[in-house]
Parts: sequence; structure tokens; C-alpha cells
Amino acid sequence: MNVPDDLRYTESHEWVRVEGENARIGITDHAQAELTDVVFVELPQVGKQVNAREATAVVESVKAASDIYAPIKGTIVEVNKALESNPALINTDPFGEGWIFALKMDSADAVNQLKDAAAYRQQIS
Amino acid sequence: MTAAAQKRTPLYDEHVRLGAKMIPFGDWLMPVQYSGIVDEHQAVRNNVGVFDISHMGQLVASGAGAGEWLNRMLTNNVEKLDVHSGQYTFLLNQNGGIIDDLIVYRTAPDEFLLVVNASRTDEDFTWLRSHIAPGVELQNRSDRYAGLAIQGPRVAELFRALFGATFELPARNTIAAADLNTMPLAIARTGYTGEDGVEIFFESKYAPAIWTTILEKGKALGIRPCGLGARDTLRLEMCYPLNGNDLTPEHNPLEAGLGFFVDLTKPNFTGREILAQAKEHGLKRRLAPFRMQGKTPPPRPHYAVFRDGERLAEVSSGTASPSLGYGIGMAYLPIEHAKIGTALEIEIRGQKFPAVIEKKPLYKKP
Repeated sequence: MNVPDDLRYTESHEWVRVEGENARIGITDHAQAELTDVVFVELPQVGKQVNAREATAVVESVKAASDIYAPIKGTIVEVNKALESNPALINTDPFGEGWIFALKMDSADAVNQLKDAAAYRQQIS
Repeated sequence: MTAAAQKRTPLYDEHVRLGAKMIPFGDWLMPVQYSGIVDEHQAVRNNVGVFDISHMGQLVASGAGAGEWLNRMLTNNVEKLDVHSGQYTFLLNQNGGIIDDLIVYRTAPDEFLLVVNASRTDEDFTWLRSHIAPGVELQNRSDRYAGLAIQGPRVAELFRALFGATFELPARNTIAAADLNTMPLAIARTGYTGEDGVEIFFESKYAPAIWTTILEKGKALGIRPCGLGARDTLRLEMCYPLNGNDLTPEHNPLEAGLGFFVDLTKPNFTGREILAQAKEHGLKRRLAPFRMQGKTPPPRPHYAVFRDGERLAEVSSGTASPSLGYGIGMAYLPIEHAKIGTALEIEIRGQKFPAVIEKKPLYKKP
């Protein structure tokens, strides 16, 4: 299972890519493989303030709806509109084209409390 | 639902070996998916798929009075069954509510096999036992038998690969005996997917060998092991009801749109008077299939159904349809709101999305 070294991870299978003061967020390869067949993604509003571990987006597979949590407190600055027409991007490219939203972090230090790749690999092994 | 209460079919180890995701289903631990619901669904629509249905119950009624007795217990007319024929039917309570939907096969002049839902097996058995007639013997053989549903347009090819080039499947709704490498099977031409197919039953000890043989012989035909996830999407595209979701003691078969399997000309069966009255006075509600319109999240059981802002019902079954590419579902609607073409709204996470009532089946083979 692909777990890129340059990302941070949550217990609930989100990944975080730090881009300056912003964080880009998606779900991991492991998570998409568990869900399979994403058929719908509900995106948050740009400008919305979210707390860490707040349910922020919804990813729906054929079988179930799963909440996606904000890993870090901040304000939503960008959402991946491509998922509205092609939700399967989450399956085909979970760490790239399948990103879900980006937020401006209240504090970049929060990233340090997330799992690194080694710790996440251990979680899913 | 405790882990200790979960029963395993004789194919449990095979499912785990194939990487299935196992989930609790009633008392059972069953595979929900292997390669993915959409992949498995498409295999059944285009090629062939195999499902473990060992959790389903098998009851056997026998004796000189068995046919006459079953005819008083079940809604369809058992007298119409020739030996080796089967029919879809209902077991009702005194109020005409559905205890179970099942298939009854006449396996000999005075012997009947009832294939019932896993979660209802004990209840059916207890109910039938408490209404037993003299000269009828009822046995629960559920633990002795395992079963597979093999479904898809290439099922006849698969069976020729298994049994030889001249092998013919039994006719639709009939059951026949055959030996697979000396292992005795009962093969019934039926299914729950809308595709050609069979359900086969055999002694539990043969389950791993039969499962493995079918997957090996089916490889060249694109066979997939399929889980409960694909079973649900396939049946819902056909508007086949699921016991517990669409069929409950609160509903009768007429409201479910399944009056075809209720013979009101029979003089007497449990629930008959209530159904006859309901028919005479007009039904109050009806199970209506609907489709979502435009890009929406998939509807799911218990979501609220509205018309013109008025809350009418809850979704009884709902999913994303892999064949159709949009959300589909069913709900019991007041009869005046259940006409084909009626515009509905389904509430999903606080937001209402448009849907429309359609004719069944929702999916028709191209």
C-alpha cells in the first residue's frame, strides 16, 4: 500500500500535505481501497472554519457514507471541484488528483502532532 | 451484536483467503465484497458471479398432508407445483403481515423444500411447527446444507464446463439433482439478480471443494466471487424486495406490489381475510421504486421521503446503482403519492434532493 514519506497522516486515514501556511487534505490509498468505488463526494464551503477532527466532507461509496475529518484547525480555502463530476479520482489517484480540500492552518505547529509515514504504515499493517 | 454470536458458513476460510471484507449480517459473518461492489456487480451483469448463500435456511416438510398444510401456511398455490417445480411465496402472520418471503420447491409428491431467509429461519421454523398438522413432518436442515448462487449470462457455459458439453440447466423455477465429481447437488434455476442463474444446495462438507471448482472452471469466463454488497445492488436494480428492509410484519405482499404471489382464490390461508379486505377497500400504501435526478448522493435506508415539502415515508432500500450510474431506492408511499412519474424529494444530511417514481424494474437489460 502506497504511503508517501513526505505527507502526514491521521488515525482516521486522511493525509495532509503542507504547502506554506496551507494544508491540502485527502484520504489515503489504504482508505480508498477499503471503501472502493467512490460514487459521490460532498465538499465543504470555501471560507468555512473547521476544528481539528471536525467532520468536514463526506465520501460516499456504493455501500456507505464516510465522514472525512479536518486534521487541523483552520479555514477552508480551496475544494476539489473535479470530484463533483469524477468522484472516482479518489480511487485512481488518492494522493494527487483525488485531493478533497485545502485549508489555511490557524497554526502550522499542529502538523507536528499528526502521524508521520512510518507511524501510519504501522497503523495499517 | 456480539462477536461471539456470529456464525460462520463452511466457506468462511475461503472468503478470508480471497481477501473478502467480512461483516455481520444477522447472526452471520458474511463477505460484503472481495474485489469491490462495482466490479462484482458488473461480473454478474456481463459474465458470471458466485455468492455464498449458505446462511439461508432450508426447511423440509413431508408427509401425506404436507401439500395441503403448506397451502394453508403460504400465500401462493402449492397445488400448482409439479414435482421438481418451485414458486416464490410468503409466510404471513394472522394480520397479513410478512414473516418471510421464500421459495418452496416440490421435491417429491409429498415432500417440499422451503428456502428461507437466514435471519428468519428460526422464526419460520417455530411458527410453522406451532401450526403443524397431523401427518406432516417438518425438519430444519439449515445447518446440514450449504449453498451458492451462481448468476450471470454465462452460467450455462460455466455448467457445461463443469458437467460436460451436453449438460442442460433445469428449466426456470425448477430444481434438479446432479453430481459434481461425485458430490451430490440440488440445482435450482432461480436467482435474485435479474440475470440467468441458479442456486445450488449441497451438504456442508462439500462446500470448499465445490466453491473452488466453480471458481477455477469459471476463471476463463470472467467469474468473480461476489459479496452481499453486489447482491444488494443487483437485486435493487430489479426492485426485488429485501426481507427486513422492504418486507416486514408491518407490510403485506399486496402493498409490496407482489400480489402475483398471493392466490386469493384459495379458500383458506393465514392472513387471507385481511388481504382480501385490503384489496376490496383499496390499498393505503404501496412500495414504489424511485430514481434520483441529477448529481446527488445515493439514497440509503431510513432517509426521509418528501413530496411538496410534506414528509411521507422513509426509504426502505437505497443505493448507488452501478448499472445505471445514479441513485435508486424504494419506499412505502401513501397510495395517492405512489404513481409513476411523481416527483419526490429525498432528504440527505439535511438537504432535499429530487427524485421521481419509476416503473419496476429500474434496470432493464440493454
